[in-house]
Amino acid sequence: MRSVAETKSALEAVGYLADEPAALVSYLAEALGKPVLVEGPAGVGKTELAKAISRATGREMIRLQCYEGLDESKALYEWNYRKQLLHIQAKSATEDPHGETEQLENEIFSEDFILTRPLLQAISNPEPVVLLIDEIDKTDQEFEAMLLEVLSDFQISIPELGVIESRTHPIVVLTSNNSRELTEALKRRCLYLWLDYPELEREMEIVRLHTPELDEALVRRLVEVIAMVRDLDLKKPPSIAESIDWARALLLLGADDIDSEIFRQTMSIIVKHRTDIDLVAERVGVRLGSKTSAEAPAG
Amino acid sequence: MSLPPGLGPRIAAFCEDLRAEGVPVGTSELLDAFAALETVSWNDQADFREALAATVAKSPDDRRVFDLIFNRYFFRAAEAEAISRELREDDRYEGGERLDPNELREAIRQAIAEGREGDMRDLARLAISAFGRRGEGSGVVGVDVQRIRRSLELQPTPPGLKDESEGPPIDRDGINRFERHLRRELERALIERTEKLPPSRPLAELDRTLPTSPTQDLASVHRAVAQLKRRLATLGHEQRGRRRHAVVDMRKTMRTSLETGGVPLKLRYKPKRPRRPEIIVLCDVSTSVTSASMFFLSVLHALHDSFRKLRSFVFIERISEVTEVFEDERDFREISRRISREGGVADVSGYTDYGRVWREFYAEVADDLHPRATVIVLGDARTNGREPHAEIFAEVAERAGRMFWLNPEPKLYWNYGDSVMSAYEEHCTAAFECWTTKHLEEFVNVVAGGRSVPES
Repeated sequence: MRSVAETKSALEAVGYLADEPAALVSYLAEALGKPVLVEGPAGVGKTELAKAISRATGREMIRLQCYEGLDESKALYEWNYRKQLLHIQAKSATEDPHGETEQLENEIFSEDFILTRPLLQAISNPEPVVLLIDEIDKTDQEFEAMLLEVLSDFQISIPELGVIESRTHPIVVLTSNNSRELTEALKRRCLYLWLDYPELEREMEIVRLHTPELDEALVRRLVEVIAMVRDLDLKKPPSIAESIDWARALLLLGADDIDSEIFRQTMSIIVKHRTDIDLVAERVGVRLGSKTSAEAPAG
Repeated sequence: MSLPPGLGPRIAAFCEDLRAEGVPVGTSELLDAFAALETVSWNDQADFREALAATVAKSPDDRRVFDLIFNRYFFRAAEAEAISRELREDDRYEGGERLDPNELREAIRQAIAEGREGDMRDLARLAISAFGRRGEGSGVVGVDVQRIRRSLELQPTPPGLKDESEGPPIDRDGINRFERHLRRELERALIERTEKLPPSRPLAELDRTLPTSPTQDLASVHRAVAQLKRRLATLGHEQRGRRRHAVVDMRKTMRTSLETGGVPLKLRYKPKRPRRPEIIVLCDVSTSVTSASMFFLSVLHALHDSFRKLRSFVFIERISEVTEVFEDERDFREISRRISREGGVADVSGYTDYGRVWREFYAEVADDLHPRATVIVLGDARTNGREPHAEIFAEVAERAGRMFWLNPEPKLYWNYGDSVMSAYEEHCTAAFECWTTKHLEEFVNVVAGGRSVPES
């Protein structure tokens, strides 16, 4: 990928319609070799962007899903105790049990006995990869601090082995739902991209890309209804993925218009909270209903 | 490719402007910006702007400031350059006089409806020449904008009324966009005439004040409350002597020992659950605090978002628990409507009766008060001449661990008129004046033990 326009079309070719900033940042991520921090509401395609980059560049994707309590042994590496114990037992069975302990120690703390976790995998991979660190805001600040070494120098220090440096430069994508403020130190090392719900036209394109069989007028109506629902201050506004799911459902049902009846039946695809459902039914469902009844012959 | 002389200092000066508005731009960000600019084309303004934004603006708020400063800075830089090279565009206001104002208005409506920025700019120039006395206005940009606006009679199309004869529908946003062009062109003309740049002012719209419209500044209230949550959650139970009271979790220890062939090499401890803070909030919604009650309700709304164990009450003459309203309803406007409708807190007069409120509050929650509970009162302590019953308040304060009072009036007015703040203040852990998010942040900081404002 040698220019922004090229990046954009490469992403489009693998099924991701990037807007101008997203394409530019993806391009810079590779050109500058800097990690990208992608923030935005849930379901606007943050994770999907990383996957698309991996597909577009032909790199393998390594994913680290973050959660509360994620620690180094799950993210970086862990010593394989079982294998080490077996090795010791095997050694003492075959050889003199009072042999060279130092040599034994060297043996069990070698690369053969290490379990690589996503970060170490990404660093030590001979092929360049895409490393996705998903939902970084779920971890605690200590973990963030640990990431700094990996992100700025692309190296990991293991006390028993020394520093492992990356052989190739991975593209790193971090995503965050903004549930907590990330530290300045982490932000400083990253390029920043804010993804928001797409414009009407772009969301239409996205939906059409995934359900090309659906009628264009219906897609427009669907996207308009989704936009209306998003305006309502819900607990969980519908994501792009949910618009696509809804479009697929409408296609399966063979619906040719979104009226209050269809909407009521399929609403649960886009709204997934009891209080939200009530609110949406009250505000949006009614509006759709009044439209169809106005169109229906008087009687 | 390397940066030509001139742009480097410009970018640095631009970042200096950003810092002045509170965007934390470090040297490393500046270096990144230069690196990024080397890889993109400068002919495309969108690419240039996005590349710069991706490297220096690292939150949605920062991005908003970035866009404002970007427009201002490069506009000023271009104008300064034009002055220094004595470039002028004297003929730019030709042709406007012969235009029919109605045609011009229609053309502008068309451009706004279709969102063509370039046309809007050209039309703004035409409008200036048509109505702006050949660009020689009053010398005050705001006055000129007003005059041209009046002459043009641009009105947003009322919603619901879609009359085709009126031309394409336009909304207030579109008109604002056009007026921004107008303002910019007028500024440009003024700079050209006086041959010097007006002094740059800090961004006025970023001044944080009491949010009068609830949705406008909810975000900053939420931020301050999120800070409050972190502080309260870690307050009072710092781990003294790490692991001193740790309890070994046998189950987990045995489970992990399987990895090491049944030898428990690693002990697993039972996690120490931090005690959850319990908060009770009382909020005055009477008429004397009308202007502040929107603010208080948004604080309450934010608190509910952050704390699961929170009870909230509103009061005027009587007290009413509204915890449930906040739990079922997300929409802020809906919440304020339901509270005013279902609260049932005004009895006859609609004036606050603090004495009665304390009696009812004590009767209702006395059993739930314990030393770990924090009570926060949002109110002006104006009793309308009724008995304040400070002794019951003292009793409440005695039972609760901590008691805070947030008063929407400046400290100067406390204890004037019917305010009985001093009667209550002596029983509080602390009392604060609070009518802006800034005050709210101060409150958070004091509660947390006097740390100065850490994050922007």
